[in-house]
Amino acid sequence: MSALLLARIQFAFTIGFHFLFPAMTLGTALIILISETLYLAKKDEVYKKITDFMARLLGLIFVIGAATGIVMEFSFGTNWSGYSRAVGDVFGPILAAEGVIAFFLESVFIGVLLFARNKVSPKVYWLAALLVFVGGHLSAFWIVVANSWMQTPAGYAINEAGKIVLTSFTGAVFNPSTIIRFCHTVMASWMTCAVMLAGIAGYYVRKGLHGETARTMLKIGIILFALTPFIQLATGHIHAIEVINMQPEKAAAFEGHFYTAKGAPLYAVGFVDEQNEKTYGIYAPKALSFLYNFDWNSEIKGLKDFPKENWPPVNFVFQAYHIMAGIGILLIALGLLGAYLLWTKKIYENKLYLFILPFLIPLPHIAHETGWMAAEVGRQPWIIYKLMKTANAASVVVTAGEIVFSLFMFFIIYLLLAVMFIKLFVKIVQKGPAA
Amino acid sequence: MENIQNFQILWFVLILILFVGYSLLDGFDLGIGALLPFIAKTEEEKDILINSIGPVWDGNEVWLITGGGALFAAFPHAYATAFSGFYLAMMLVLFALIFRAVSMEFRVNDENRSLIWEKAFIVGSGLAALLFGVALGNVVYGVPLDNKMEFTGSFFTLLRPVPLLFGVTGLAAICLQGASYAVMKTEGELQERSFRAVSILMWINLITAITYFMTMALIVQSLTSNWLFYMAILVTLLGLAGIFFSSRKKNDSALFWESSFSFIGLWLAVAAVHFPNLIKASNDQNLSITIFNSSTGLQTLKLMSVIALIGMPVVIAYTIFVYRIFKGKTKSSDHY
Ligand code: HDD
Ligand code: HEM
Ligand code: HEM
Repeated sequence: MSALLLARIQFAFTIGFHFLFPAMTLGTALIILISETLYLAKKDEVYKKITDFMARLLGLIFVIGAATGIVMEFSFGTNWSGYSRAVGDVFGPILAAEGVIAFFLESVFIGVLLFARNKVSPKVYWLAALLVFVGGHLSAFWIVVANSWMQTPAGYAINEAGKIVLTSFTGAVFNPSTIIRFCHTVMASWMTCAVMLAGIAGYYVRKGLHGETARTMLKIGIILFALTPFIQLATGHIHAIEVINMQPEKAAAFEGHFYTAKGAPLYAVGFVDEQNEKTYGIYAPKALSFLYNFDWNSEIKGLKDFPKENWPPVNFVFQAYHIMAGIGILLIALGLLGAYLLWTKKIYENKLYLFILPFLIPLPHIAHETGWMAAEVGRQPWIIYKLMKTANAASVVVTAGEIVFSLFMFFIIYLLLAVMFIKLFVKIVQKGPAA
Repeated sequence: MENIQNFQILWFVLILILFVGYSLLDGFDLGIGALLPFIAKTEEEKDILINSIGPVWDGNEVWLITGGGALFAAFPHAYATAFSGFYLAMMLVLFALIFRAVSMEFRVNDENRSLIWEKAFIVGSGLAALLFGVALGNVVYGVPLDNKMEFTGSFFTLLRPVPLLFGVTGLAAICLQGASYAVMKTEGELQERSFRAVSILMWINLITAITYFMTMALIVQSLTSNWLFYMAILVTLLGLAGIFFSSRKKNDSALFWESSFSFIGLWLAVAAVHFPNLIKASNDQNLSITIFNSSTGLQTLKLMSVIALIGMPVVIAYTIFVYRIFKGKTKSSDHY
């Protein structure tokens, strides 16, 4: 296997793993902020118990997120030094800004959140919850900026020496895909924790554990669970329009759409035969065109309009995209059902729904991972869209053998982290909030 | 061109400050990790020491992340060459940092294996502390580079005696940081043991620091007229002398500052011999990566200066605020 391919596998593996944790951090920080705000407003001990319980989970989630995040930061230098040399002018400041503006805030105040419940006043504690929330979301913002700049570069120029230089920082930061990608990613993270909270609380309520605290957790969880997938559909929709406009060959790969056509179909499930350039499956005729601009007959570009060497692996991208969207639709239905049961006060007795809830916890994670795969693999062969090929980005001095070693080690270590995480997560959940 | 040079020099200084900040702050918690088996005897004492760094270690580590980010943004070639060239060493640093981070959390929650996690914590902390010095030693002493700024050595190039000396010097300084922090945060017998560790480490540091300065004087020409180098030696020796007196007087809060002071001297020496190099080429001085041939453009450097000069004072202010919350002696029950 070539060093390039190994580097790509290592990056995909380490980022895929890292991302599971920040996604949970953002949502957990939201829930803590909600319950702590309610505690401050209503002085009801139940909310305090929820905060303290979620803070214990956050401690575990955060430490693994931080430990695996450092790997990502280093990886641009270790594995993608060609890329780093080329884009230091634009990409460097974004990463540095993330450190100064976001990571410090989050990591410094998470110490207060985890260790200082009895050392500070409730107001200061609430402030810490707020700042952890803000810091986490700022860090997601900056990293999404970095990624979006690679997808839809802006705010740069190529100078006489052929080097990429910064011309407008705001242009680079607010490139055409930043805002929508940020909204979509954040909503995905909130959804992840809405389902997590509902799942945990559902288990407690079904087992008759933790009385009022569990019921309140379930209520907060279900409300978020009903709202977030809906909003996610909206942001996903806008995101899809952005991709059709900015990266038409990627959008075509999402739907296995080969020939430019007026009135393009939208697939629910399917399979792309890349050899014969045909797509099979269940589809709604003309629906893609309709979703693009509410005109059943608008034109959508097909892959054949682009040179084949610039196509991503079509079937892979198609499947990844459809798994994400499929899970999104499924969660909308289940969230609405939960809201209905909550509204009619039947939820606490509905054993079946409560039984299902914990099993939903992995679904948003799967949607998350496949969504990123669609976005990142769909961008191939470019590392910076239309500007730099991934093949030119890797470190020239790092050998395949060295990457085999590091990849193997990451695999073992992350497996260990995953096992420990699940074990300790379950343990914290079994112990539950304070009585 | 005059203009961009000022910014390049400014960024040499700012990155140095970030790395110094990292070594002083994460230094004390890596030091606590490396010294754990020597100063803590009972489970309770171990809990106290680990709890004393629990709320702050992650914020400290961000100094490294930001330092790396700043290097990327100001001198991408130096960042790219060092990180890809020292690939395996960097991976070891990462593995070490992963283990020291997660083991603190796992140790309290996974009681059946708490001994294993404790070992992981000790080894992770100690190894990271050692490797940072080795990496720094290599860029200062020089590594073989080609005309595309790529590293041409191997993993074993990194393990030459001079860089290893840097590693040991750094490890000793970090341990001293840890021991003097422990003195500040503990009481009773545990504090007694920490005091003893400080006294021993002071002598070890005296030896490593003198060897370090002498080696520099031997390998770098024209150092005799370099005032910064003399100042560096003075700062380190004054710091160590301060430790000598404070530990006799059992002054539990001054030691940490004196240890930090002596550490800063070690860094000043690097600035004195290294400027304007970032990575010295051992094969041909003309191939060295300097602040002048590896930086980003003026626009980026200016932008970064704005971010740093507004952002870092704010960061430092709230960091102090949070440290004050955790002021005073740590207890074994200070865990969530
Ligand atoms: C819980 C997770 C989750 C769920 C349920 C959805 N998404 Fe998503 N999606 C993501 C999580 C995600 C993501 C992982 O956050 C991505 C990867 C890159 C990005 O910007 O967001 C993403 C990417 C992404 C992209 C590609 C962006 C690009 O290539 O740059 C589109 C077009 C959509 N999504 C659209 C949707 C639609 C129409 C959904 C239907 C409900 C949907 N997403 C549900
Ligand atoms: C969309 C993808 C990503 C998101 C949303 C994200 C978000 C976050 C968040 C919220 C944290 C805080 C710690 C935690 O909650 O676990 C974090 C940690 C971290 N991330 Fe990521 N990250 C992403 C990808 C990356 C990438 C590509 C890098 C490489 C530059 C990176 C580098 C880091 C670092 C260095 C940390 C540790 C910070 C600390 O110690 O506080 N992340 N990430
Ligand atoms: C957190 C969610 C993310 C996931 C799951 C993810 C996933 C992936 C995957 C699967 C690849 C391999 C694509 C291929 O080689 O075919 C990749 C490549 C890459 N991504 Fe992402 N990515 C994420 C976020 C980011 C972010 C935030 C950045 C930038 C800051 C980033 C930068 C890169 C780079 C530099 C590569 C390597 C070059 C390449 O193979 O394209 N990724 N990512």
